[in-house]
Amino acid sequence: MTYFIDRRANAKHKSAVNRQRFLQRYRSHIKRSVEEAVNRRSITDMERGEKVSIPSKDISEPVFQHGPGGSRTIVSPGNKEFVEGDRLRRPGGAGEGGAGEGGASNQGEGMDEFAFSLSREEFLDFVFDGLALPHLERKQLRDLDEVRPVRAGVTRDGVPSRINIVRSMREAQARRIGMRAPIKRALREAEEALQEEERKDPVLRNPTRIHELKAEIERLEKRLEAVPFIDTYDLRYNNLVDQPQPSNKAVMFCVMDVSGSMTQGHKDIAKRFFLLLYLFLERNYEKVELVFIRHHTAAKEVDEEEFFYSRETGGTIVSSALTLVDEIITKRYSPAQWNLYVAQASDGDNWDDDSTTCRDLLMSSLMAKLQYYTYVEITPHSHQALWEEYERVQARHSERFAMQQIVEPSDIYPVFRKLFRKRIAQ
Amino acid sequence: MSTVSTPIATGSDWNFEILTAYEREIARFAKEYRLDIYPNQIEIITSEQMMDAYASVGMPVGYHHWSFGKQFLSVEQAYRRGQMGLAYELVINSDPCIAYLMEENTLMMQILVMAHACYGHNSFFKGNYLFRAWTDASAIVDYLVFARKYIAECEQRHGVTAVEQLLDACHALQNYGVDRYKRPSPISSEEEARRQQEREAYLQAQVNALWRTIPGKAPRDESEAFAEDGDDPLGLHQYGHYPPEPQENLLYFLEKNAPLLESWQREIVRIVRKLAQYFYPQRQTQVMNEGWATFWHYTLMNRLYDEGLIDEGTILEFLHSHTAVVQQPGFDSPHFNGINPYALGFAMFSDIRRICETPNEEDREWFPEIAGSDWLETVHFAMRNFKDESFIQQFLSPKVIRDLKLFSLVDDDRDEMLTISAIHDERGYRRVREALSTQYALSLREPNIQVWEADIRGDRSLTLRHVQDARRPLGKTLYPVLRHLHQLWGFAVKLESVEDDEVVRRYQWPLPGDARDGG
Repeated sequence: MTYFIDRRANAKHKSAVNRQRFLQRYRSHIKRSVEEAVNRRSITDMERGEKVSIPSKDISEPVFQHGPGGSRTIVSPGNKEFVEGDRLRRPGGAGEGGAGEGGASNQGEGMDEFAFSLSREEFLDFVFDGLALPHLERKQLRDLDEVRPVRAGVTRDGVPSRINIVRSMREAQARRIGMRAPIKRALREAEEALQEEERKDPVLRNPTRIHELKAEIERLEKRLEAVPFIDTYDLRYNNLVDQPQPSNKAVMFCVMDVSGSMTQGHKDIAKRFFLLLYLFLERNYEKVELVFIRHHTAAKEVDEEEFFYSRETGGTIVSSALTLVDEIITKRYSPAQWNLYVAQASDGDNWDDDSTTCRDLLMSSLMAKLQYYTYVEITPHSHQALWEEYERVQARHSERFAMQQIVEPSDIYPVFRKLFRKRIAQ
Repeated sequence: MSTVSTPIATGSDWNFEILTAYEREIARFAKEYRLDIYPNQIEIITSEQMMDAYASVGMPVGYHHWSFGKQFLSVEQAYRRGQMGLAYELVINSDPCIAYLMEENTLMMQILVMAHACYGHNSFFKGNYLFRAWTDASAIVDYLVFARKYIAECEQRHGVTAVEQLLDACHALQNYGVDRYKRPSPISSEEEARRQQEREAYLQAQVNALWRTIPGKAPRDESEAFAEDGDDPLGLHQYGHYPPEPQENLLYFLEKNAPLLESWQREIVRIVRKLAQYFYPQRQTQVMNEGWATFWHYTLMNRLYDEGLIDEGTILEFLHSHTAVVQQPGFDSPHFNGINPYALGFAMFSDIRRICETPNEEDREWFPEIAGSDWLETVHFAMRNFKDESFIQQFLSPKVIRDLKLFSLVDDDRDEMLTISAIHDERGYRRVREALSTQYALSLREPNIQVWEADIRGDRSLTLRHVQDARRPLGKTLYPVLRHLHQLWGFAVKLESVEDDEVVRRYQWPLPGDARDGG
């Protein structure tokens, strides 16, 4: 009548769909929470989940209920000193019929916030939801380092997990037919001969011959039985070969101004912007290469560690960085094979005549090679020459050149979203 | 007591052989106690799976809806932070009766849970009259499969959002989706699918007939013919007040009468209504159901100990856990969270046994019929024929009232003080009992709301009536619910609160301009 079933190995996350539905439904709420979290957190600890709260009233499932008021009788346990007819002051003072001690009512006002945790994955999904690298193209493939296994018929050897059962059985059957046919033929002949011999008049029979034939038949039957049902060389395996895949190769140049005019606050904002960019690329585009460039009067290619953490200051010559970018492109990243991106952050302070140089550099050489150029200016003040020159670049290359201003840390995420939002016609 | 044998196992580790052995012993005793059960299907699951089971409110197969996701998230959150332990078991009223046991449980827990769920709850599901009348244990899993499939199909055909909004609206009204007088017929999922198609055609025809009515041309004889053969119990073809009688089953009324619903929408309304009906007995027998299961796990565990099948360590561990389960903190304790149904139910069933076995003067006076009778017979009788409300009315003894020190208190908003109306003394027993019984009456716990009139020849508005009890108004969730109702009905929805045949308050949705009435 009773049976036990061990379900532990069954799938968990049966509610995964419902959980997703919930997240979907409260997307806008969650997004707001995530946005706040991004602005609040130091970006180095982006890689963890987030507690999200939604006002309970927004997600309540209403049903008809009794409201406060009217008259009711409540039975409670644990009487100590009350006697019938005692009059008590209402707890909590207010005239609201809360009767806290009664508690038997189910008006559980409960928490005002419904709180739950997003996993790290879910959190980052929300952070980078709807963002993409613009104008990503499939460039000529030369480095065929990316491969994908593709089915390519069957082979005679392989690993047991790839056995092709149908083909193996078919081979086995063919082999059995082939191996048994001659034996069967010989057997039939022997049997016929035996019958013929036995049909003869008993006087004419040759007992030795009969004996021989019988022995022969027995031998053949044994051989017939000995043919194996399946043998090692019947086995066939699904064959997989690695096929080279064209890849979208992309490189992002991160150009950060570390000159003296950038205050610590500005640098912090710039770093956070790049960290966000870095996380985004790491997560959504495995194959994107990153080139970090810092500049004051001179530009220098550095590694990740140095880019984010080293301190160094000086004057500002923006064109030095752009020249370096151009050089690196020529040396290492041919535009024919690579999608090239540049993200630049600066406070907009530059040597006056250098801004024009920057513009010329961009217009004459760089922009033609690049997929997308973003410029973020971190300044609460009015714009200077660099911004104006860049505006002219933008006018020419409106599709591929974007610029935004950041005043305070809370702008970082919105600006980031603006720069990398998914374009519909891509 | 009887032959003392050696324990089947000791310590806290368990395996399937040990569980099977204990289950066999429990089954043997249960037979002696005449516990009639559905076959048990005991499933061992992990804590993650338990959270999943929680989220689907105990349905083994559920359709998809965000509210279950919300449920899951809150359980997960509470569990991860250690604010809440998971229940040791979950049992489903189905045939076979499915019980989930968590793998983390100790051996003692697993034995306890088997006694509690697989014999206690299980026999309650099979024996109690409400469950017998309202649920069909053999069909529920099939029906859930059908519901899940049907809703998934609707999602594909009409979009997830459309289905979700419909379900939201239905969920808001699901407590009013119960048919209190008719017993639903048992059906399997295949049959349900076949019938659903027939119904679709038939229903639409019905609704069309209702709304097509042209005033002034009453097909009088036809309507009588309809009424006679029961095809028209709602009197759809008569003029005058429609519906002629107030309808308490709002979802049923909407399913049959809402003018604009598509047939697939009607079917979903029906699914929510059917499931509400399935859970209806559970909402009315909480104290009894838990009390019964607790009473039996207590009895069975002690029996196992008496027979020497579990050792002292196990029984002590059991008593520790049992005591925690049936603990009733007083009203002024920080742990107080209402009356603990386990405590009250266990106390009552134990007390019935005591009254039967060792009655005293008081018992003979209060319970002349059962004092000194066969206890097993009597507890079975109580389990089978009552629900919380009537069970308390019938069996709450002065001793239990004294033990729990129950008192009743009147909270009247016209009085600035609270009044203690009765305590555990000679004068108070009956009144406390009366008040506690009322407190468990579902009809009073939820506002009494019925369909009053559908203006089928006028502006098509739907009017509901709330029969107000002791001036208790409706809570502020009222408007969101009306909004959902409006979505289903498709035209204006009105609600009147009535006390002593007098309308004391009116609400409506959509709101007339900005003039909000009350709430």
